[in-house]
Amino acid sequence: MSEILEPQTFRVTRADLVRYAGASGDFNPIHWSERIATQVGLPGVIAHGMYTMALVGRAVTGWAGAADAVVEFSVRFSRPVPVPDTDSGTEVVVSAVVKDVTDDGLTKLALTATCHGEKVLSMAQATIRKR
Amino acid sequence: MPLDPSFVGRSWPPTAPYLVGREKIREFAAAIGAAESEYHDPEAARAIGYADVVAPPTFPVVITMASSRQIVDDPALGIDYSRVVHGDQKFAYVRPVVAGDSLVCVNSVESITSRGGHDFLTTRTDVSTEAGEPVLTVWSKLVQRGPEDGGTA
Repeated sequence: MSEILEPQTFRVTRADLVRYAGASGDFNPIHWSERIATQVGLPGVIAHGMYTMALVGRAVTGWAGAADAVVEFSVRFSRPVPVPDTDSGTEVVVSAVVKDVTDDGLTKLALTATCHGEKVLSMAQATIRKR
Repeated sequence: MPLDPSFVGRSWPPTAPYLVGREKIREFAAAIGAAESEYHDPEAARAIGYADVVAPPTFPVVITMASSRQIVDDPALGIDYSRVVHGDQKFAYVRPVVAGDSLVCVNSVESITSRGGHDFLTTRTDVSTEAGEPVLTVWSKLVQRGPEDGGTA
């Protein structure tokens, strides 16, 4: 038990946030306007929490080896992911530990997502059904 | 103003059906950089038993975020959306969303609590097909920060 899965690194730039805003319909200006983000007390433009969760989802389906493997998926957004206006943006690193494999074939993962070494999610977990 | 606790347990009438488009799934998958062929290629999705492309796990938020405006836009609830941050998010799937699904959402308020000057609202959205087949359930916890906090959105 407690198998550790290979960490996945995702680069996040302002362009990614603009694209995610359009695709998801979440146009909250804190995800694209430095002026409004700082006005409300943020360090600058931050990633959509749901964009970070989507990246974690990519890691999970990658580990599962199946696009439709996820049975349950939950996170708590504990810290924002600031995305500087540079070509390289920032990086989110997703790692996981296998917590349990049930008799009916489900695998429970405890997930960690970090930005600059700090955890941006807490209580993040997924249950997957492997093919 | 604290949130009205009498909203706990309340549910709203089903939303108008949302028709899930193949191109919308492709657009969302591309936006999150998800390259799995089952998100983009109907043939690949059919090979694993689906009628059309399947959606990535967090795709349903496209539908449920819009549908839950039913709750947060209700003036009687007393929410100030400019002070709201996203606390928790959970999905429980019966099956993935598939292009061609016509999905209906039933929103309800699962809990309202207060702690440290902040209000916490947990909404639940049950997503099913128009024909009544359950597809997934989505929970969101929204945090309304206290006014003394300056109101980080």
